[in-house]
Amino acid sequence: MDSDLSPQDKKDLDKFIKFFALKTVQVIVQARLGEKICTRSSSSPTGSDWFNLAIKDIPEVSHEAKKALAGQLPGIGRSMCVEISLKTSEGDSMELETWCLEMNEKCDKDIKVSYTVYNRLSVLLKSLMAITRVTPAYKLSRKQGHDYVILYRIYFGEVQLSGLGEGFQTVRVGVVGTPVGTVTLSCAYRTNLAFMSNRAPDEEDGGAFAGVQDSQEVCTTSFSTSPPSQLLHAGKEGGVVVVPCQPHGVDAHLTVEPPLNTPGVITSTPSSGDDEGLSRSGEERREEGRSVSPSDPVESLNAFTRKVGAFVNKPSTQITAANLDLPFAAFAARGLDSEGSDPMVQPPESPPSQSPLQASLHSQGSEGSGPQDDFVMVDFRPAFSKDDLLPMDLGTFYREFQNPPQLTSLSLHISSQSMADDLDSLPEKLRVYEKNIDEFDAFVDMLQ
Amino acid sequence: MNCRSEVLEVTVEARQVDEAMLALLHTILLHRSTGKFHYKKEGTYSIGTVGTADSDCDFIDFTFVRVSSEELDRVIRKAVCEFKDALNNSGSDGMGQISLEFYQKKKSRWPFSDECIPWEVWTIKVNVVNLANEQERQICREKVGEKLGEKVINVVEVINRNEYLPKMPTQSEVDNVFDTSLKDVQPYLYKISYQITDSLGTSVSTTMRRLIKDTLAL
Repeated sequence: MDSDLSPQDKKDLDKFIKFFALKTVQVIVQARLGEKICTRSSSSPTGSDWFNLAIKDIPEVSHEAKKALAGQLPGIGRSMCVEISLKTSEGDSMELETWCLEMNEKCDKDIKVSYTVYNRLSVLLKSLMAITRVTPAYKLSRKQGHDYVILYRIYFGEVQLSGLGEGFQTVRVGVVGTPVGTVTLSCAYRTNLAFMSNRAPDEEDGGAFAGVQDSQEVCTTSFSTSPPSQLLHAGKEGGVVVVPCQPHGVDAHLTVEPPLNTPGVITSTPSSGDDEGLSRSGEERREEGRSVSPSDPVESLNAFTRKVGAFVNKPSTQITAANLDLPFAAFAARGLDSEGSDPMVQPPESPPSQSPLQASLHSQGSEGSGPQDDFVMVDFRPAFSKDDLLPMDLGTFYREFQNPPQLTSLSLHISSQSMADDLDSLPEKLRVYEKNIDEFDAFVDMLQ
Repeated sequence: MNCRSEVLEVTVEARQVDEAMLALLHTILLHRSTGKFHYKKEGTYSIGTVGTADSDCDFIDFTFVRVSSEELDRVIRKAVCEFKDALNNSGSDGMGQISLEFYQKKKSRWPFSDECIPWEVWTIKVNVVNLANEQERQICREKVGEKLGEKVINVVEVINRNEYLPKMPTQSEVDNVFDTSLKDVQPYLYKISYQITDSLGTSVSTTMRRLIKDTLAL
């Protein structure tokens, strides 16, 4: 078979395929960095731009790719794959897509290596660039940062698509026939983004994938672009607000890259759980969570931001306030889907802000009176109210809420008086303020 | 040689027309541009380097890759702008199409002018809709983004068929195959034209113009 190919052509072809594989990896990884890529065209050939395309070579990525190839070339049965996965700040991870560079047996003997194959590989790389911006992982990678990061893994051998979930789609980027086989480039991407918790604190990220060579060191390089924020967890269904205080083991794999204006600099940590990569200052250090003492229920409720993790279909975060001493605790969600049945979230129609004049016509210290009194008194049974479990039931609450007593400063006869009073007291106030001017200045400085 | 013809259809909101057209035209041109040729004495040539740039759309959830050439970008933007103005002014229901045609020039003897033989024509049909509220617009942003993604995949499929491409020209012939007017990249010779479909579904004026032009070109 190879006798038809001249030695020079064979050598060239091998070189083309090798560099094509390396450039493919660069394009894919750079497309998942989360930044816009921009390279310059140059009319004079530099001689070092493979396939006449300006594709930067990130050294770590090249290093990983070469390590994965280990001196071999993609061939029949030996595919080079780049797996892109997402990892949340809580430690859950999910494979998003797998790009496969494969070779099949279909040969094109008549094709000219140094010219046609080279140019077609160049076009294929352009297609790869276009397609990498189209798959769902691109948008995810552009938004990575606080909640999750995007990781890549290169492996050589058999293609593994089982981590992509059910119903994954495949898009073919293109094929290039060569005298020794047809180069095929394709991408299989996950469509089912429902989050499956893969939290395994004691397991290394490398995992034991079948078919991966021993020399595989999983490169968990993350491309976060912004400082991590503190996240608060809520307990699982039915539990109290409790949060694990120790970081998970996998957190150690996370590396945060330096700020955005130094593109291409990526630090990678080996999967031995080395903590060096976490190069943030203490303040910004991302923690897996914070422990909240149950003695501060109100504070914890107030501080709770319902942060739904990426791809969570049904938030598993619930609070039961039943054991917390709060008003309307009985109406808080009871371990059910808290979204639907929270009476606190179903406000009554809030009354339009009434003008002072109008208000003063209504309630002068009247409680429970108001528009309802003009009509036949019907027992007001608001939706979702319970039967007299607490002294103040929902109906009474509604009524009071709709007819609040007037602010004294807004009622007419008082307001005019207070205006005059204010004017009279102004000079006196000014004197006092001028006397204390130093204090005020010091206060302002303190604030700044 | 037959001319390949591909049709892409998109439905967009008025403010998305520009970006949708740019996205598709640039994607096609990315694949149909090479670096500048530098011919050497022995009849060989070397090729310059093509850079790429990601472009985010403002009104569509989409990012596309274009060739890194400000000149080319200007030319394409100008054409898209004219198309959009024509769409707005036509008073039609917002249907039109823009065509990107790659051609080769074939020199003819005097008094006949050079023939332009197209070898690939891409037609992008546009249907402009008006949306009532912000929520619909938000949905439209995402939907059009997905649609454009599908179109990019279609474009890549067609390109990848590796069907006819003009032969690489010698130095004297290069202007018959490539557009050498840009200083940083070299796309195949192309022309962009557009048609606005009036409410009858036919485009009367441009058809007439084209007929006349073709007749005279003989």
